[in-house]
Amino acid sequence: MLHRRPLVQALLEDRPSNLLAVSGLGSSTWDLTAAGEHPGNFRFIGAMGQAGPFALGLAMAQTSKRIVLFTGDGEMLMGLGVLATIANQAPSNLAIVVLDNESYVETGGQSTATAGPTDRELVARGCGFTNTCTIKKDSEILGLKKKIYSTGSLIFANVKIEAESLPLVFPHSFDGVTAMNRFREMATAEV
Amino acid sequence: MSTTEQINWHQDIFEVFRAQDISLVAHVPDAGHTPLIQKCEEQNDIDVVTLTTEEEGVGILCGAWAGGRKGVLLMQSSGVGNCINALALPSICRIPFLTIVSMRGEWGEFIPWQVPMGQATPKVLEAIDVRVFRVDNKTEVGMTVSAASNFAFNTRQGCAVLLSQKMIGAKQFQEGE
Repeated sequence: MLHRRPLVQALLEDRPSNLLAVSGLGSSTWDLTAAGEHPGNFRFIGAMGQAGPFALGLAMAQTSKRIVLFTGDGEMLMGLGVLATIANQAPSNLAIVVLDNESYVETGGQSTATAGPTDRELVARGCGFTNTCTIKKDSEILGLKKKIYSTGSLIFANVKIEAESLPLVFPHSFDGVTAMNRFREMATAEV
Repeated sequence: MSTTEQINWHQDIFEVFRAQDISLVAHVPDAGHTPLIQKCEEQNDIDVVTLTTEEEGVGILCGAWAGGRKGVLLMQSSGVGNCINALALPSICRIPFLTIVSMRGEWGEFIPWQVPMGQATPKVLEAIDVRVFRVDNKTEVGMTVSAASNFAFNTRQGCAVLLSQKMIGAKQFQEGE
């Protein structure tokens, strides 16, 4: 099992200038912020289940940018069908990284479906993703990073992480308009 | 716009999409939208995204706008109920959001199960901060979609055009059909 913050930090270290990162509510948003404030980050603090669709729309609008979505197993389970929608559109510039701790940590650690028989990578493959992986060890992080930045294809990575409760790290603003305006300026800029 | 003698309101909506530079059409299909969806699918420069559920369309259009691209969500009134919490995203981030809704559960409805969501549609849209523009007359479809589109994209608001069942026509189901 991996630890979520060092993982996100490692994947974003020396991020390329064309990278845009999206995070689902809520732990993934604190993780992305803990990895460093950046105008190319858009972080959900609500609208559970919408991070995947948002990342798809962004990828379809900004085809020259690499979009990386970080979200949790609970957030993605809420919008499971979007994996079928994404696989059918198959944007080659989108990478989905699911931080799978098999639980709803922020609400007391209740189990998610992935703690049971549900295999998230198999779900993605069944929806039509072909470039998928499940990683559990530190030694696999570099390989995932290379896959995200070096291959021009749609990627789904399920990362098994510890169910740990960490200090919240807040983004520069909780105000949606402030966050959106800052992100959109970066997202639509030429690189 | 087509003439009053021969109104093709699907074509009128399509022309608004062109005028507004709308290049992303997300939908859960409904018979009321079928000719428009077909027209959009014939275009090389419009992406048509078939959704598994309507709320995906909200996030997709918001992400697209964040990336500088304009889109629209086509759905039936029953799909509006699926979108409500997702609509917090365009509301709180002031992202323009445009949807065209084909109405069921009102004028001449045959299926009782369509009634609850059809009747609730304008109320729940308004409750979640979406402005509602209803059309009952074929001659006003184009101008209404144009007005709603201008409203949405110029003022960064959520706008829904409701195409009434009176205008679309209520299908009467026959057993064994």
